[in-house]
Amino acid sequence: MKVLVAVKRVVDYNVKIRVKTDNTGVELANVKMSMNPFDEIAVEEAVRLKEAGTVTEVVAVSLGVAQCQETLRTALAMGADRGILVTSDADLQPLAVAKMLKVLVEREAPDLVFLGKQAIDDDANQTGQMLAGLLGWAQGTFLSKLTLADGRAQVTREIDGGLETLDIALPAVVTADLRLNTPRYASLPNIMKAKKKPIETLTPADLGVDPTPRLTVLKVEEPPVRKAGVRVPDVATLIEKLRNEAKVI
Amino acid sequence: MASYRAPLRDMRYVLYTLMGGEELSSLPGYEEFTPDLIDPVLEEAAKLCEGVLHPLNRPGDEAGCVFENGVVRTPSGFPEAYATFREGGWTALSCDPAYGGQGVPHMVATLVEEMICSANLSFGMVPGLSYGAYVALHEFGTEDLKAAYLPALVDGTWTGTMCLTEPQCGTDLGLVRTRAVPQEDGSYRLTGTKIFISAGEHDLAENIVHLVLARLPDAPKGVKGISLFLVPKFLPDAQGRPGPRNGVSCGAIEHKMGIKASPTCVMNFDDATGWLVGEPHKGLRAMFSMMNAERLSVGVQGLGLAEAAYQGAVAYARERGQGRSLAGTKNPDKAADAIIVHPDVRRMLLIQRATVEGCRALALWTARHLDLSTHHPDPVAREESADFVALMTPVVKALMTDMGFTSTNLGVQVFGGHGYIREHGMEQYVRDARIAQIYEGTNGIQALDLVGRKLGAHAGRYLRRFFHPVGAYIEAHGEEERLAPFVTPLAKAFVRLQQATAQVARAGLRDPEEAAAVASDYLRLFGLTALGFLWARMAETALEHQGDDADGFHAAKLATARFYMDKMLPETGALFSVIMAGGASIGALDEAAF
Repeated sequence: MKVLVAVKRVVDYNVKIRVKTDNTGVELANVKMSMNPFDEIAVEEAVRLKEAGTVTEVVAVSLGVAQCQETLRTALAMGADRGILVTSDADLQPLAVAKMLKVLVEREAPDLVFLGKQAIDDDANQTGQMLAGLLGWAQGTFLSKLTLADGRAQVTREIDGGLETLDIALPAVVTADLRLNTPRYASLPNIMKAKKKPIETLTPADLGVDPTPRLTVLKVEEPPVRKAGVRVPDVATLIEKLRNEAKVI
Repeated sequence: MASYRAPLRDMRYVLYTLMGGEELSSLPGYEEFTPDLIDPVLEEAAKLCEGVLHPLNRPGDEAGCVFENGVVRTPSGFPEAYATFREGGWTALSCDPAYGGQGVPHMVATLVEEMICSANLSFGMVPGLSYGAYVALHEFGTEDLKAAYLPALVDGTWTGTMCLTEPQCGTDLGLVRTRAVPQEDGSYRLTGTKIFISAGEHDLAENIVHLVLARLPDAPKGVKGISLFLVPKFLPDAQGRPGPRNGVSCGAIEHKMGIKASPTCVMNFDDATGWLVGEPHKGLRAMFSMMNAERLSVGVQGLGLAEAAYQGAVAYARERGQGRSLAGTKNPDKAADAIIVHPDVRRMLLIQRATVEGCRALALWTARHLDLSTHHPDPVAREESADFVALMTPVVKALMTDMGFTSTNLGVQVFGGHGYIREHGMEQYVRDARIAQIYEGTNGIQALDLVGRKLGAHAGRYLRRFFHPVGAYIEAHGEEERLAPFVTPLAKAFVRLQQATAQVARAGLRDPEEAAAVASDYLRLFGLTALGFLWARMAETALEHQGDDADGFHAAKLATARFYMDKMLPETGALFSVIMAGGASIGALDEAAF
């Protein structure tokens, strides 16, 4: 059984995000970049399946600027077998990524495609769903548990108000939520080995996909600064303010 | 608790921009170590230090180690953290691939060590000591001993110690009393008591390999009569697994000022079986091979703790509101301005910052020569680099641990009363930093090593490895206007150092006590001048990157370089006066009058 895992290079979760002065986007110059944490969970799950003997090959895919190679190396150091890098300096939006992944899926013929539920930079939460739609495959999103047996996947999804367990047919697209697992620390020998694992480099043109953005970003702004709160003397005032000032009750 | 983030941006700058780390891969044996491998190694080490080691730092200090019935328990979480560390291959970091090591260059390993020391110095003691034992055994052990012990030391399933100190014998190793009696099978039986043995007993590994200084029955008196032995806690069986218990046991652990999660043990050897490492009576030489490696590491401990304290102090100074800026209110929405607006707080933070960034550069400069001394294809270049390392080892150890202590102390001062209480972890850094000025040869001994052994060695050959590049740099850049604020003060300090060197050499020839009396001042003058040279070079690189500085990194470098030149390097003037005043007033007071 073969698994394809898509990994995205994003601003590290520890970095305090700054908006570019011209409001066109987020400042990326000299900012620490890492693998999207949800994708890391997806890689970890795929590698665990391989270690358990369920999966025979884990292929990591990343799409974006040339430095996405570093993100692929991280996946390889965690235990993925090989990488595919699709380089493009364009702003790759979920639909373009899903279309390119679809071509790669048709070429690689995996039984399972794993993604993070969303990327922490744009929080789009769309790529996995779009890919499943384009492929006409089953999808299981926001996974906190995955069990594979007899050509089917039993997935536990984190939904509003609880957990939902579905039984879906393979091949399928699944996306990882936070509680699926805790990613490992890559070992030093595996970091060394990752350098020697193969990475194939392609372009969107090789995949026959036009990555031009369909959506236009009008403006990126810092959220408004939170104003200091006020202390109310009693419950009556609180209710009065909620009713007349905030108009929420 | 103060949080810790590995300063990867500055580490990469020092490694690549300042110290040419990109050329590491041109050295035979280091071909693999291009930035695309080094960077992920540093990043993963950072994750491990931030996520696993640092969270245990304060709880480990609070709990300490427990000694019961000859058994030592490390604080809760330490065995699991050590397992994670070991399984990740980090114990093998710069060890020989022939024994399962990862062969990582010292420049990279030094940065990893710094992170470990920042995150949790007590934890770092165990792999640190193992590495020292590894170095001595690797260099002086027989093939049989190496095959039996190195793989387990390298993969961390066994750990190592250095058993030197005895109750009557600290700095003066000639006083060692532990006896070793030869047996017919070629082994030895050791009997004696060693004290202050870091990681002598613990629950982190399945076996502990002690390297022990002892005397053979026919040994001459003094340091020329001590030999080095390997004594395992459990004797390996036919399969090389830990077998029967050897006659070595832990009698007690010390109650210490700092590094409380690191067990400091009294070790009793009762007819313990051991094997000779190196030649009889030449134990000191073998011991010094590990001692030199450890001295550089101890210097890095000072740096690591200074960095951790700086991070805590900056975070606190930004959020703690007290008083208003004397230049006018900065934050009218709040009841007070953050204390980072106050000049004295900024002064303290800048001393810390200039210390850590300068010391990091000094550590990597030395590590670079350590790599060149072992991997450069040209034997002449190897010798030059080995000379440089020999010269700088006492400077790195003493200067960086002294400055590390000062920096951690300033960390407490920035926090005020909140630094003095335990809650924020700032006073722990001070207590942990204190030992680094003492062990692996007190800083006074480092100064004597510099003045007594290194200055005069090979008619000043070691010294030239430092004086020549610094002198050449001043000559090459002395006329550049943009560099004048940096090179001019460096040149002044360098002249002081040259004159003081001549004075110490002259006085030392006449009367060794004269040189000894100013040795510590001389070492500090030497070290501050070395930092001055590095700060001038950092200013130079910052000026080169002025147009390409979106995150303000190089502007900050330049500002810190100015601070160093204005506020820290001038100390060399006072040190120069102190050195030139000689030792007369030190010898004058009658002993009875103290």
